[in-house]
Amino acid sequence: MLRFIVQRLLLLPFLLILFSIIVFWLVQAPPGDFLTSYIATLASGGSSINEAQVEALKRQFGLDQPGYVQYLLWMESISKGDLGLSLEYQRPNTELIGERLVLTIALALFAFFITWAVAIPAGIYSATHQNSLLDYFFAVLNYIGVATPNFMLALILMWIAFSNFGLSITGLFSPEYIQAPWSGERVVDLLKHIWLPAIVLGIAGTARLTRVMRANLLDELNKPYVVSARAKGLSEWKLVWKYPVRLAINPLVSTIGWYLPQLFSGSLIVATVMNLQNIGPLLLRALTQQDMYLAGSILLIYCFLTIVGTLISDVLLALVDPRIRMEGV
Amino acid sequence: MNNQTALLSVRDLQVHFLMDEGVVKAVDGVTFDVHAGQIFGIVGESGCGKSVTMKAVLRIVEPPGKIVGGEILWRHRSKQDGSAGDPVVDLVKFDANSKAMRDIRGAEIALIPQEPMASFSPVHTIGDQIIEAILLHQDVSKRAARQIALQMFKDVGIPIPEQRLDEYSWQLSGGLRQRAIIAMALSCNPRLLIADEPTTAVDVTTQAQVLRLLRRLQAQRNAAIIFITHDLGVIAQMADYVMVMYLGLVMEQGTVNDIFHAPKHPYTQALLRSIPTITMTPRISLPTISGSIPHPFNKPRGCPFHPRCEKAITGKCDARTPALQLIGEKQLVSCFLYHDAEVAA
Repeated sequence: MLRFIVQRLLLLPFLLILFSIIVFWLVQAPPGDFLTSYIATLASGGSSINEAQVEALKRQFGLDQPGYVQYLLWMESISKGDLGLSLEYQRPNTELIGERLVLTIALALFAFFITWAVAIPAGIYSATHQNSLLDYFFAVLNYIGVATPNFMLALILMWIAFSNFGLSITGLFSPEYIQAPWSGERVVDLLKHIWLPAIVLGIAGTARLTRVMRANLLDELNKPYVVSARAKGLSEWKLVWKYPVRLAINPLVSTIGWYLPQLFSGSLIVATVMNLQNIGPLLLRALTQQDMYLAGSILLIYCFLTIVGTLISDVLLALVDPRIRMEGV
Repeated sequence: MNNQTALLSVRDLQVHFLMDEGVVKAVDGVTFDVHAGQIFGIVGESGCGKSVTMKAVLRIVEPPGKIVGGEILWRHRSKQDGSAGDPVVDLVKFDANSKAMRDIRGAEIALIPQEPMASFSPVHTIGDQIIEAILLHQDVSKRAARQIALQMFKDVGIPIPEQRLDEYSWQLSGGLRQRAIIAMALSCNPRLLIADEPTTAVDVTTQAQVLRLLRRLQAQRNAAIIFITHDLGVIAQMADYVMVMYLGLVMEQGTVNDIFHAPKHPYTQALLRSIPTITMTPRISLPTISGSIPHPFNKPRGCPFHPRCEKAITGKCDARTPALQLIGEKQLVSCFLYHDAEVAA
């Protein structure tokens, strides 16, 4: 087990270098660079800058260098733990990402807990009461949940809240707390706002997880070990929780690691639609403005978390399933 | 046939499966008695209702199956010692998941399941699952329960039992797993052990060992065993008394001697003819029973075996269902060749 983890960790730097090249290439891929879009923005605002200024800016940002030099410079600063400077904001990327990190993680954790807290019991109920009225009810809800794009749901909810109750349910804070420093009141205000985006973000996952849990459990409920446990005289409720639920959840545990990159990413479209100040809109803006070091840094962290998340998944699965644990030794 | 002495007395048991496509009468009026210390064999082809009958006795028939009629009279182990005054309870009257039923299930009637290979959860140790059964029915500490489990492992002949208890089922060979299952079933000293085709999944050598083990344990503990199989050879070797089932009905029952040496029912006779013997002329095809088992949704009218029966009486066997009647001293047969009693419609 330990050997397996060490092996994976040794592989990590190589994967990251590979991913960084791909990320850098992708971010650079659209025609033009940050200056092109900067000039365009200025032009649309009615102002302009001359050739000399453009050249000066180019040198300042290092955009006059060839691509590989830019890449190597970026890599050099990353190896020192510095993610570089955002071209647009003219502030360190670490700082920009850092200040949105808390909200991003808070929102994702909320969505995660809602998903699991609803999906697992609903899935268990549906499987143990197969073809009951409530099972059908959950099934219909689940199909709707899976089929509705979450940004659409966000728009609909926003529209309903606004047209019926005159409420604006966008954002994660009331206006007076947006710029306020962290305090007890600000946390309370956050909790008042966070549940709705969390539900919007969690609903498709909940629906999918419910179906998967139901299907997994239905498979397990017919296994001979359930019959033999029942024949022991174990009560039905205890039996279902101890044996088939445990086995049905096993494969799902391996998906927990995949939430790690999601924790960081912030759902891009929903966050933009609902005006949530997390990393999602930051990435979107960085990409459209060709703020390449910021976009590249976010994507690279995303890759890093994906690799670590997969490793965590594998370790978790080995921990809960002795069959995998003992083979891996 | 005496209710007072029988350990288990099943009376006209009916288990139906209510499906969207119709009703499957998996068990359609089965009556038999099992006495203390007896090995009671049940034979029949797949789908004849033998396993469902046993699940009904344990009250673990899965939906959409349902007990729709009959009685399952069980001589309940009373709290005081002495078996004479044990009360008789009707298991059909209990709620399947009630405390009263669960106290009997596993403690007084235990199951050796059909698929021993998959009958342990793969993510819990074997010890955990056996100790759980002991703690459910006996008022002992966890440590004492482990000692009981350990002793059971020794009794069924599992080498290095201490270590095996902490292993998972998939780490054990087929034979050891089979023994572990038997250890679990016996861990609470049941009065009746239901062995549902316990040896179908193991090789012949292991099968012989397991059968010998079951006989020895049965003799030591004076428990009754209901032994379900489709293997007539195993039945001849194991059972004292045999019941032959076909399509949810009892065709014939009697002592192992009567059934094998003087079979009355044409179905039993046909079954016995289809076993190869050592004295047979080699390279000739075995006699088979013509036709195949009817689809459970459209069972034939009258005697269920009549479409495949050589001796079927037209106008009688295809119209009325024969009842199980005593023929001779101890043999019961449901066939119009021997009597005229029919099942009340």
